[in-house]
Amino acid sequence: MSRGRLIAVFGVLLGVALFAAMALFGINNDPSELPSALIGKPFPEFSTNSVDDADAVITREDLLGRAALVNVWATWCVSCKVEHPVLNDLAKQGVVIHGVNYKDNNADAQRWLKDFLNPYQLNISDPKGTLGLNLGVYGAPETFLIDKKGIIRHKFVGVVDKRVWREKLAPIYQELVDE
Amino acid sequence: MKRFIYALGLTLACFGTAQASIDTYEFSTQAERDRYRTLVEELRCPKCQNQNIADSDAPIAMDMRDEIFKKLEEGQSNEQIVEFLVDRYGDFVRYKPPVNKKTLILWYGPAAFLTFGFAMVAMIVIRRRRSTRTEQNEQQLSSDEKARLSDILKQDK
Repeated sequence: MSRGRLIAVFGVLLGVALFAAMALFGINNDPSELPSALIGKPFPEFSTNSVDDADAVITREDLLGRAALVNVWATWCVSCKVEHPVLNDLAKQGVVIHGVNYKDNNADAQRWLKDFLNPYQLNISDPKGTLGLNLGVYGAPETFLIDKKGIIRHKFVGVVDKRVWREKLAPIYQELVDE
Repeated sequence: MKRFIYALGLTLACFGTAQASIDTYEFSTQAERDRYRTLVEELRCPKCQNQNIADSDAPIAMDMRDEIFKKLEEGQSNEQIVEFLVDRYGDFVRYKPPVNKKTLILWYGPAAFLTFGFAMVAMIVIRRRRSTRTEQNEQQLSSDEKARLSDILKQDK
C-alpha cells in the first residue's frame, strides 16, 4: 500500500472511531439532565417567609454554617411524593435538609408536611418561584448540595431515592460535612 | 371534492395549534414587542428541550417569558437579559451557543472535517493523475524506438 493510501485509510478509521465515541457518549448521557450553571457559585440571596410561620423571615444567612441538602419541592409535583419518605429517612439519620416550597399554595404545603412528616429544618416558602428562578430550577424535585459557606457544590435533578443517595449524593454530602 | 375540502379544513385547523402560545403582554413600543419575539424564539426551554420558550407550554417557559417581559420594560438590553438567564440555566438555554473553548468543535468542527475531506479527495485525484501520466510516458516511444518502428514498417512493404 502506498503511503498516501495508508494515510487516507487511517483518516477514515479515525473519523469512524470519533463518531463511535461520540455516539457512545450520547447514549450514556441523559440529555434531560442539565449541568447546573451554579456549581461553585454562592446560593442566591433571598428573603422569604417560612412555610410553617408566615411571620418568620428566612434569608441566605440561615443556611450558613453547615453543609446541607436544599430540596426544591411542591405539592403539585407527583414525584415529590415518591421522594418524600426517603427524605424523612435521611432526616432521621441526621442529614441536614432544607426545603424550598416552589410555586405552591402555602396551606397545601402545610397540610402535606403534617400528613407526610417534615424532614426539613428550614422551610423556605417560594410561592412565586423567584428563588427557584435564581437557582435555575426547571422542574421539581431538584436537590442542591451546599457547603458550610453557602456555596452550591452539586445539583441533582429528579427523585432522590435510596440508590441515588447511596451512590451519588451521600459521598459528596459526607465530603462537605468533613470539610 | 368533498374530501379535498375536508383535508383543507383539517390543515387550516392545524394552524391554530401550531402557532406559538400568545401571551397578553402590553408592550409600550413596537420595537420592544419585536425584541421580545426575537428573544423568546432564540431562547431554549430547559424543560421541554427541543422547543424555544415561545412555543413551550411548560411552567418554566412561562416564567422565563414573564421575566423577559419584565426586564424589557425595565429597559434592559437583549444581552443583559440573555446573560441573566445563562447565569442561571447555563449556555443550554441559548440556541446560538457562544464561541468558547468548549464549543470550538461545535462551531468549527464541520468546516474542519469538510476541509479534511476535500484535502483527502484532492490528494487522491492528484496522485491518480500523476500515476496515469507516468504510465502514458512509458507507453510513448523514444526516438530510437520510433526509428526502429519505421524501419520495420518499411521492410514490410
